Amino acid sequence: MNVFAFVGARALAALRGWGHAAFFVLELLAAVPAALRRFSLVVVQIHAIGNRSLLIIMASGLAVGFVLALQMYYALVTYGAAESLGLIVNLSLVRELGPVVTALLFAGRAGTSLTAEIGLMKAGEQIAAMELMAIDPRSRVLAPRFIGGMISMPILAVLFSAVGILGAYVVAVLLIGVDAGNFWSIMQNQVDVWRDVGNGIVKSFVFGIVCTCVALYQGYETQATPEGVAYATTRTVVISSLAVLGLDFVLTALMFSTR
Amino acid sequence: MVKKSIETLVGVFVLLGIVGVVFLALKAANLGSFRASHGYELTARFDNIGGLKVRAPVRSAGVTVGRVTSIALDGKTFQGVVQMDIDQRFLFPKDTAAKILTAGLLGDQYVGLEPGGDDKNLAPGDTVAQTQSAVVLENLIGQFLTGRAADAGSPQAPTSASAAAPSPASAPAVK
Repeated sequence: MNVFAFVGARALAALRGWGHAAFFVLELLAAVPAALRRFSLVVVQIHAIGNRSLLIIMASGLAVGFVLALQMYYALVTYGAAESLGLIVNLSLVRELGPVVTALLFAGRAGTSLTAEIGLMKAGEQIAAMELMAIDPRSRVLAPRFIGGMISMPILAVLFSAVGILGAYVVAVLLIGVDAGNFWSIMQNQVDVWRDVGNGIVKSFVFGIVCTCVALYQGYETQATPEGVAYATTRTVVISSLAVLGLDFVLTALMFSTR
Repeated sequence: MVKKSIETLVGVFVLLGIVGVVFLALKAANLGSFRASHGYELTARFDNIGGLKVRAPVRSAGVTVGRVTSIALDGKTFQGVVQMDIDQRFLFPKDTAAKILTAGLLGDQYVGLEPGGDDKNLAPGDTVAQTQSAVVLENLIGQFLTGRAADAGSPQAPTSASAAAPSPASAPAVK
């Protein structure tokens, strides 16, 4: 009997947690129009989330492009297909690595700072103070960050892919000596704007929404103690990363299944 | 002042994103290379189109002169109807032949146009009269095997030449 009670309690707790999170997201979405009317708040958040992540995203993109080009070259040159290197780097970046790696970095770089910021606001009773002053903390604090993350993430992912392709160009064409014309033309023949680039942007958009929601929820629901904020920050990274990897599989299966 | 500089930085960030999208679309994908100059339409009917796909290149003498725009099945003749968009700079004679060829041994399939010697050119919307279907590997292997079997049955069969050209060469040998 104890086992049943244990399983039941766990299931109910999990369900309660999901329901709580779902209501949080609904309230967040309801607060979005109010935040859009004060767009200057959103602009500040895009600066904090997007601009400040730019350097690490572009540096990572360049490094991924370098390494991918080098490894692919070693594999492809065996088959005399070194010219398809650009195509392979492009497709892997635009379809998968761009959105996913950017989202993982985004969770680590921007998600944690969102969680810590809001968690500390809560620990310092600032959110309670806002509510006392009849200011809705959702439309004033949460929604601008949500919109900021939603806008920043696709831009960062696109830049990651673009810089990665340029990095592959540097390694393949400038250093190794693959023919530049073939490098670009094979890429242009095989990569479709809507199917590959467009779906990649849709993916990064979804990941941006998920990562930002997780970060905001963890910050907003944190225990108002130093340990609580630390724990919430850790959970932001863990949950965001797992959600991104899981969703990526589902989205890939939906987008690229039929041909 | 601080507000202004933040707005400027965000503007730079967003513009950078737009530049990234344009780069991916034009330089790293097919938006730029395709439909640079609109051409005219030609139709060709094939008994078997093999693995030809929409947007496959149309080549003449190895040079890409157009793209396959649509592939459909004619319900009456059961032939594959292939529509092609040809660059308007290139006009082909009336007796041009269209073949479905393969780039390399295992590469993608494309339509090859071999111009004939006619004085008149194909007009937009015309149908290419002479076509040659795609080579289906299974049929080729089947022909090869039946050719071999026929050779094995006859005592003095020409050895390797008959294998490639099965029926005309091996039929007298069987008799």
